[in-house]
This record gives sequence, C-alpha cells and structure tokens, in this order.
Amino acid sequence: MKEHELRALIADVRSGEVSRRVFIQQMVGLGLTVPMASMLLMHAGVAQAQAAPAYKPAKRGGGGVLKVLWWQGATLLQPHFANGTKDQEGSRIFYEPLAVWDAEGNLVPILAAEIPTRENGGLSADGRSVTWKLKKGVTWHDGQPFTADDCVFTWEYAKDPATAAVTTGVYKDVTVTKVDSHTIRVTFPKPTPFWATAFCAAEGMIIPKHVFGPYIGAKSREAPGNLKPIGTGPYKFVDFKPGDMVRGEIYANYHMPNRPFFDAIEMKGGGDATSAARAVLQTGEFDYAWNLQVEDEVLKRLEAGGKGRAIIVDSGDVEFIQLNTKDPWNEVDGERAHVKSKHFAFSEPAVREAMSLLADRKSIQEFIYGRTGVATPNFLNNPPKFRSPNNKMEFNVDKANQILDAAGWKRGADGVREKDGRKLKLVFQTSVNSLRQKEQAVIKQGCQKAGIDLELKSVTASVFFSSDVANPDTYGKFWCDMQMYTTTMTQPDPERFMDQYLSREVSAKANKWASRNISRWTSEEYDKTYAAAEAELDPVKRAALFIRLNDLPVKDNVIIPLISRPRVRGSNLKLVAPLTGWDLDFSQLQSWYREA
Amino acid sequence: MGSYLLRRLLIAVPSLLGISVVLFTVLALAPGDPFGELALNPNVPAEVRMALRAKFGLDDPVWQRYFHWLAAMLRGDWGFSFISRVDVDTLILQRVPVTLAIIGASQLLALAIALPVGIYSATRPYSWFDRIASTFAFVGFSLPTFFTGILLILIFSIKLGWLPFVFRADLSTTGWQWWVEMIRQSVMPITVLGLFQGASWTRYVRSAALDVIRLDYVTTARAKGLAEGVVVLKHVVRNALIPVVTLVALQMPAIFGGAIVTEQIFRIPGIGSLLIDAILRNDTPVIMAVTFVFSCLVIVFNLVADLLYGWLDPRISYR
Repeated sequence: MKEHELRALIADVRSGEVSRRVFIQQMVGLGLTVPMASMLLMHAGVAQAQAAPAYKPAKRGGGGVLKVLWWQGATLLQPHFANGTKDQEGSRIFYEPLAVWDAEGNLVPILAAEIPTRENGGLSADGRSVTWKLKKGVTWHDGQPFTADDCVFTWEYAKDPATAAVTTGVYKDVTVTKVDSHTIRVTFPKPTPFWATAFCAAEGMIIPKHVFGPYIGAKSREAPGNLKPIGTGPYKFVDFKPGDMVRGEIYANYHMPNRPFFDAIEMKGGGDATSAARAVLQTGEFDYAWNLQVEDEVLKRLEAGGKGRAIIVDSGDVEFIQLNTKDPWNEVDGERAHVKSKHFAFSEPAVREAMSLLADRKSIQEFIYGRTGVATPNFLNNPPKFRSPNNKMEFNVDKANQILDAAGWKRGADGVREKDGRKLKLVFQTSVNSLRQKEQAVIKQGCQKAGIDLELKSVTASVFFSSDVANPDTYGKFWCDMQMYTTTMTQPDPERFMDQYLSREVSAKANKWASRNISRWTSEEYDKTYAAAEAELDPVKRAALFIRLNDLPVKDNVIIPLISRPRVRGSNLKLVAPLTGWDLDFSQLQSWYREA
Repeated sequence: MGSYLLRRLLIAVPSLLGISVVLFTVLALAPGDPFGELALNPNVPAEVRMALRAKFGLDDPVWQRYFHWLAAMLRGDWGFSFISRVDVDTLILQRVPVTLAIIGASQLLALAIALPVGIYSATRPYSWFDRIASTFAFVGFSLPTFFTGILLILIFSIKLGWLPFVFRADLSTTGWQWWVEMIRQSVMPITVLGLFQGASWTRYVRSAALDVIRLDYVTTARAKGLAEGVVVLKHVVRNALIPVVTLVALQMPAIFGGAIVTEQIFRIPGIGSLLIDAILRNDTPVIMAVTFVFSCLVIVFNLVADLLYGWLDPRISYR
C-alpha cells in the first residue's frame, strides 16, 4: 500500500466513511500493530474512540476473592527485572503505568490525567517531546503522594546500565524532565512519531522514589521493595512465594471510584495448561486462567462443564516457517549457514514459491487449531482492493509441481525430485509442542505430493529458544533447512520488529548468534527502505515504508506465515474482564468484576 | 561410638566435595541460559542480557565459578537465584513447611499401613488376608502416582466435586475452617503418595518378618510359653525391622525432596516443584543448593540407619 492510498484511507476514517475498527484491522493485515495504527489516526487528529467501559459495581469492594491461575507462576515482582510476561503480570497487580492499550488500540489513561494529543498541547509539533499530565490525589500504598518525581526516578532507575533493568531499551535514549509536581516531559533524541513507549503498558510501570531511591544502579538487587512491592495499583501487597503464589488485598484509597470490585486477589502458579483450563472451565475452582495452550477440542469438552468459557483475544502473534537461503550443512569460513553460502534449493525463488504453495494452512487451522488459530494467508491480504493476485493464501499441489518441473527439478526413481545430482531432501525443525508436531506432519504430507522429502525434527523448547552458544539446535543458529515458530508482534513499535531482516542484524558466529536476522535473508532494497523509515518523520510515510518492508520478505517467500494465533484465556462465566491483545492481561485489572 | 561417629562425619566431607564438583560440572555443561526468556523478547536489547550474564558471573570459567560458589557456601551464603533475584535459602525455607507436612504425612500413612498389614500377613502366610493384602500391594506399587493422582482428581474433584485439586499453601481462612480446608486439599495428594509407598513397604515388612518368624529363637520363645503378642512384637518385629529401617531411612531424603510428579499434578509448592522449575529455567544456584541439600540428607540418613542397627541389634558394634 502506497503512502497516498494510506492518506486517502485515513481521510475516509476522519469523514466517517470507513470505521475506525475496519481501518485498524486493515493496518494489521498489512503488518502494522494495532497500537501503531491507532497512533496514525491520533496523529491525523481522528479522536480516539471513547471506550465506554461498562463498569457496573456501584461501590468499592465486596466482591470476595479473585482467584487467577497462571501455569507459569510469577518469579519476581519488580517490573523492571521481569523475565517474562508472567512477572510483568504479577507486578501489574501492584504497580501501574501512565496509560495502557485496550483491545481497539486506544490508549487508556491510568495514572495520567489525560492522553496527550496535539489539541491538548501534550504532543509537540516537531514530534520530539510529549508532555504527560499526571493524575492528582493518587497515593502509594504506604500513603505517600504520587508525583512527577516518581516518574523521573523510574526513568533514572531503568536507564542506568548498572541497574540491569530489562526495560532499559525503552528508557535509555529518552530524557525525562519534571515540569511541575504533576507534569513531566519526555524528550526524544529525534522526532518520534511513536511516542507511547516510556511509562506506557507493560514496560511503563512506575516505581516509588521513596522506596527504591537508595537502591539505584549496582545496589538494585538489595532493595527490599523487590520482594514487597509498594505501588499505586488496585491491590496492596500481602504475600509472595516465587513461582507459587502472589496475594494482594484491596487498596482502600485507590484512585478510581468504585474500584476495585474484589476484596483480595490470589495469583496461583504452577502446573500445566490443561489442568488450569479444567480448574476454570470445568470445576470453577478458579476464576481466570492465563494462556490456555490446549487443543480446541479439549477446551470445548471442558467448557461443557458449564462453569467457564474460553476467551479468544486477537493479537499479533504469527506462527510461520522460515526457509534457509544459506547452506546449513557445510562450513564456509569455519561457520555453518555462513551468510556468503547458498542453499542448494532454497536459493532458487521457484523452490521457495513451491514451498509456500504446499503449506496447507486451511487444514492446519481446521484440524489443529480450531478457534485458537486463524489461517493467515499472507500479511498482504487486506483490504481486498490492494490484494495482489500472486499473493493469496493458496494450497495448490499441481501448481507447485509445475513450478518445480519448470525449474528443472525432476522426479527420481523413488519419487523424490533431484537436480544436478542433489535430491530434494530437507530437514524441518521446530520446538517440541503437540500442536507443532501435527503442523509439521501436515506440511510434510503436502511436500510429499510434490516430490519433496521432509525429515521432521523437534527440539525441546528450552533448548530451541535458548541463546546457548554451544548448542547446535537453537533457533538463532538455524542450522537446518526450514524451521517454524511463533513470532510475537505485541511490541507496539514496528521499528524493532522489522529490524529482523536487516543485513547488519544477520545472526552469525561473530555476534554469538544473538542478532535478530535469523533467516539470514538480506536485500539491499530492504536495508535502504529501513533506513528511510527510521529517519522518516511523517507517520503516514513511515507507515507506508513499514508496509513495504513487511512486504519484501513475504513476497520473496523466504518466510511463510501460517497461522495467526490469538491469545486464549479461560474465564468464569460471571467474570467481566476487559482484555486486550496489545498489553498485559491485567492492564485493566481495576475494572474486573463479577456479575451477580 | 563417639570415634565411629567422628570418623563417619570426616569421611562425609570428601564425598560431599566430590558430589558438589560433579553437580557443578554437569550443570555447567548442560545447555540453556537463565536469561533465555529475555532473548525471546525483542524489546530487551541483547546488551542487557549480556550485562546480566556478566553481573552474575556466568561468563567466568567453570572452575572459577565453582570456587566462588564453594567459598560462599563455606561462609553460609547459599547463593542468589538468577530468576527470582532472591537468596536461595529464603526460597528453600519457604517451601519446607508444605513439603514436610504433605510428604511427611504421606510417609506416616505409608508406615501406618505397611507395618501392621505386613506383620499380620507374615504371621498368617497364604491366608485369605495375606492374599488380598498382597494383591492390593502389587496393584498399589504398579500404578504410578501420576495415574492414581489424575484418577482421584477425576473421581473426587470432577465427578463428585468434593475436593479441590489445586493446592494452596496460604489459605486466607483462619481457625478450624483453615484446618478443614487444609485437610480437604491435602487428602488426595497424601493418599496418592502414602498408598504408593505403603504398598511396596508392606511387601518388604512381610518378607522380612517371614524370614525371622521361622528362626529357632522364635520357636524357643513360643516353647517358653510367651504370649503370641509378646513373641511377635519383641522377638519377630524387632529383628525384622533391620532391613526395613534401611529402606525407610534411605527414603527420608526423598521426603524433603518431595514428590516431583505429585507436586506438579496438585500444584503443591514443595521443594520438588522448586527444583523442577529451577531446572526448567536454568537457575543454577537454586538447582545447586537443592541438590546439595539432598546429598547431605542422603549421607546423614545413611549414618542414622547405621546407628539404628546398633540399637535394634546389639550384636552389631561400631569400631
């Protein structure tokens, strides 16, 4: 989609011809994130949809205990040290950011008095600074007032390399200054159209200066607050056992009226996804369960218990296959899959195209994922008027056969194709996961029909996704012909997502295979477009460039998107929980309640 | 006796050192990275991960890390969990009460079943009671705990809805209600573990008692006109207990270790589940500490078993 088409579409939204929701869906189809699409509209002056949260309880408390089940329990409660989302969720019970993302990609103020816009003077015209007005009258759980000093402190804390905060990437390049006791200004080194990173969502949780003040930098691990959080959130800290239980009780001075509804919260960890689903859907022992990676068939059977239901939340995670264009089996300059080497088959565009035709996405959705996965044709399928005829979801063995025949791959006596004496035998790896092994089988079946012999390999997830330099089976090394995993697009800014096809990011021995370009596909055009996008100030032009970036590797069939994977959660039938695919489950915990 | 004890304790030191070297090397060679989860999150720059590795000394050579660990251990510093960023001893102590309560209770249950049933079977071998007890014992230890655990959950939690199947260490209720809830949630795990253990112990007790019951001094005791109860308790059981004590004493470390599978099924926050989580997350200091505690326990309880022999059978002397 070109820039002018994008502008036309935004104009349509402004005039009301196209709804906000349709626009956002289309942008997601083009490889942008929902928050980014929403920011495009905000920049163009289209007001945010006033999400009217139907919150019914008329008084604070009285709701009893909210019991939630995380089969991977929280291991620590300091949001800036979080190892993963489980820790961020645990921390989010007690700590809050200035604003969070809702399901539609709107920013919802939490500790901010309002969302900064051009109209209210929050956003500077040059895109170099954002001014946040903080809510007044907010107190920490120990009674101290929440002020701009806490925000400035959080920035100083997270950006200090000696603190070793995992959020440092968000804070190290920005400058935060206090304007007055309840106003802060975030200044960026260059014009930044996507400004809602610092103090927003999962990485934006603000910590109190009076608790963590003495423990900045190298002393950070000694802070007593790491284990006994004091935040501004709807629940106060009671007790924490790493990996097992987080408990909180209602904070009587919470800053939003009539919230929270529950008197206490218990977040239990451990066990496995299936029994977690059972405890919520079938026996009703718990009210809510996180990440139910369970086959849809099983979920349906448990739902028949009548206590709970599975909730499917759209998100940007995509299960996809990478084709290795480098030679993973022979060493060049002492390195397998060296960037200068060439794969005997996948360096030919024709073979890659055939592979993409042989991936039976529809069957994968129908027989493996059910409600919990949507076959994703291609990032480039929406909206219909921009759909390219060569770029649609297609499972076509005949066409794949024709392409391979034309490219000179002839079938041998055993039915396997060969060219120049090399048989089309490939190794296809993924992590151990019952769904993934079934997907592998579906792909293998398709390939068999076209004379491609796939050897399936599955690696334990803890090895496959590790960054262990000594292990040959990690996904970062990609010493294999093809591999499959899920990539998450939840990070709101696509700049970081899109760097994974840059030639300077190629994962190699020199960088201990820690760089982002795992497929090792490179293109001069991609590098140039990325450089242009990085420097682009106009958000619409920038979005158009990102769409182009997304388009390049997909069109080259070096990656084959298979299934878009929404989040699957389990909830009691009476529990009302505003969930979003773009932020934490607990992003609006204060508004969770149980219907009578 | 005193010098024997001292000698045994001194011998334990090199064995513990050897065990710690082996454990440390194996863990250092094992694949994985405690900060691997961060690598999956593109929002976390690789430098942060590298800095964390450097901060926790993960990039040092293995021998250097080992001596660091050993020096800290001698000072009583158990280490610091990479994942939770908490001292390891705090983590372990948090889990001890639940482990002792659940696993301890199940072992008591096992003994309470095994001793009377085993001895009674031995006094009346091949009677109907013995045959039924043997059948149940075989069934009991042939069924793995993960099977019986899930079976009990299906029957009592899902079909009947009587008992909860998620164990919560800190219940919010107090007083007698706390006891009721605690017992309700503990019944299934204790039963599963206790019956499994009890079944195999029953067989051991029975065969040990059968060996003794035919010996001449038992016949003599009967000939003296002693009551059957005295014969069994004083002459048979005391002698039959020696092999049983070995078994039970060597089983004791497992009590602290917990029952990993059962803890996973019922979500009991015991030491076993701490260990398995730490292994999955490559949290070396925790794995090291927990396994080291286990090896200490094995050595200590070996010693306890040896000392108990002397009490049960005065013919065994310590030199």
